Amino acid sequence: MTNEKHVLSILVDNQPGVLSRISGLFSGRGYNIESLCVAETTDPNISRLTVVTKANQPLVEQIKKQLNKLINIIKVHELTGSKYVHRELALIKVNAKTENRAEILRIVDIFRGKIVDVGPDHYTIEVTGDEGKMEAILTLLRPIGIKEIARTGTIALFRDSK
Amino acid sequence: MKINGTQILMKALQEEGVDVIFGYPGGAVIDIYDELVKTDIRHILVRHEQGAVHAADGYARASGKVGVCLVTSGPGATNTVTGIASAYMDSIPLVVITGQVPSALIGNDAFQEVDIVGITRPCTKHNYLVQNVEDLGRIIKEAFYIARSGRPGPVLVDIPKDVGKALAAYKVPKEIKLKSYNPTYNPNLRQLKKVTDLIKTARRPMIFAGGGVVLSKSHMELRELARKAQIPVTTSLMGLGAFPATDPLWLGMIGMHGTYRSNMATAACDLMIAIGVRFDDRVTGRTDTFAAQAQIVHIDIDPTSIRKNIPVSVPVVGDCKITLSQLNELLADTDMGDLKAKRSGWLHQIEGWKNAARLSYEQDDKIIKPQFVVQKLNELTQGKAIICTEVGQNQMWAAQYCQIEEPGHFITSGGLGVMGFGLPAAIGAQMARPDKLVVDVAGDGSIQMNIQEMATAVQYCLPVKIVILNNGYLGMVRQWQELFYEKRYACTCMEHAPDFVRLAEAYGAVGLRAEKPDEVEKVLREGLAVKGPVIMDFVVAKEECVYPMVPAGAAITEMLLV
Repeated sequence: MTNEKHVLSILVDNQPGVLSRISGLFSGRGYNIESLCVAETTDPNISRLTVVTKANQPLVEQIKKQLNKLINIIKVHELTGSKYVHRELALIKVNAKTENRAEILRIVDIFRGKIVDVGPDHYTIEVTGDEGKMEAILTLLRPIGIKEIARTGTIALFRDSK
Repeated sequence: MKINGTQILMKALQEEGVDVIFGYPGGAVIDIYDELVKTDIRHILVRHEQGAVHAADGYARASGKVGVCLVTSGPGATNTVTGIASAYMDSIPLVVITGQVPSALIGNDAFQEVDIVGITRPCTKHNYLVQNVEDLGRIIKEAFYIARSGRPGPVLVDIPKDVGKALAAYKVPKEIKLKSYNPTYNPNLRQLKKVTDLIKTARRPMIFAGGGVVLSKSHMELRELARKAQIPVTTSLMGLGAFPATDPLWLGMIGMHGTYRSNMATAACDLMIAIGVRFDDRVTGRTDTFAAQAQIVHIDIDPTSIRKNIPVSVPVVGDCKITLSQLNELLADTDMGDLKAKRSGWLHQIEGWKNAARLSYEQDDKIIKPQFVVQKLNELTQGKAIICTEVGQNQMWAAQYCQIEEPGHFITSGGLGVMGFGLPAAIGAQMARPDKLVVDVAGDGSIQMNIQEMATAVQYCLPVKIVILNNGYLGMVRQWQELFYEKRYACTCMEHAPDFVRLAEAYGAVGLRAEKPDEVEKVLREGLAVKGPVIMDFVVAKEECVYPMVPAGAAITEMLLV
């Protein structure tokens, strides 16, 4: 059975220690975390955690059941696949010399990114998109020279209101 | 009217029906203790906090209620961890209350400060740090609710010293409702119908029952199902007592030290109904060969237990008691045909396995065989005693040679395998059942791990009987070294041990010793008749092994028989 990426969206009580219960579950049972995002929802008592994990099908079922077993977890949804919108935000600081500034701007334009900071020899680019788009822009920027990068990890929602 | 936190705590405990607490005082809980002695809750002062948790565990198993402990911050709290982890593995409902340094000092590395909530997160069902006295009453009620509902387990509540002193009105919700915690009690009816169909068509069915049947008190429903559908029954170590060991349908225990017939039946059955079990590796051996010819039905209240270790055909999430009684109702409406005739071949085959390799050992007229001691103990107690065990060979011989008839009569650290569990657990069980004879079957190694609790037994006149199978070795590890490490007995020989008879006397208990086989019965009779706690030291054959044995990781049919 192959290990595939699974996006899990987890609604939890917004309380101290909850994140630690979840990360402890993953580390204690040897589950993998590719990325993890957490922030409040419209209800300040509830937070949404989005975890991307790599696992085969039986294992991801077990992960979901183990998560549901934690007392502070309200709901676990799997948001893998095309029925869901996935997005990630990245801040990418690249080398920007006079000779390649135009090229960078063209790439940023193609990916509908923004330059959010400029210096004598750098641009900082803000770009959002799904995983494929992130990989694509990074591939194009890499030859120019990426100085630093910060990524949020994937967040996701149902396409239909549910 | 406002009362202080310690008063809120006592009120909440009393509302939960707590009548006994096992504990050990210290600086951070001094206010709680000051309040505790004003109530009618009995406090049992143990000699080590680990003993408090095991005692509460034994109490919970023997009484069916939630066991409660109270300890101080720092080392008091860390000493409870082994006991908590054991209760977590065995799904025993406990509420462990720990003191904490004052809120203002938390995080400052204060004297006797430890992050016990952080430490116990992976080995509790849930835990709390009480930050506000207003929440205390609710948290205590929630803790008891979580501990005893669904798949039970230990819950820890950490109370900073200032919370105990702070004032608040007593405010506790009438009913606990948690939107994030709703155990599934009622099984899916469609799944149950599939089970009845399988029972009807199976030619070689067996039931594999575990601790879940004991915890949910569904032993009567289990017996009804087995007898009505003529299905033989095995249990895990934790399930002993769920089915009477004297019943003709009894197969004996399954697994690493299970009976020959039980393990052979597992390999040959075409239907296995697993109830309240979690397919531990000590049960399954090599998983890909486990019950390989069978359709497996798995009934459990915890969805994570299902398909964790073993793939199953029919998963049923639900409470064992509700599920089994619904299953019995469904079966009552089903025409099962001539079951006796249908099953006779299968039951005959099992009888053959039974006769081919019974539990046995070579008797000796000069040296006491440990199995002989347990067998005699069983003869004298006739399934009426509560048998507690330590861990290792003593535990397995107790499981094999004590015929357990009823749930709550075999108390052992099954999942975690804690040496030193038996004596404090026996103390807890005796507190719960003063009317019962409570025996701890021990080894000379494990008994020394919590021997200090003898003082507790003597102080509270708890007449627990300790049977030490004294072979001078850490016997189970020595057995592995003999069988799999070419007899290299690395550090398993206890070259020096105390004189257990004199030790018993030093504690103010009675000590007896048997060195010859013909003294065994006399010592047992004399010891069991004593009104107070007794240590009986049986000097047994040094290098006896527990058989049958399935080597770790082998298929459970690959048994070493002698």
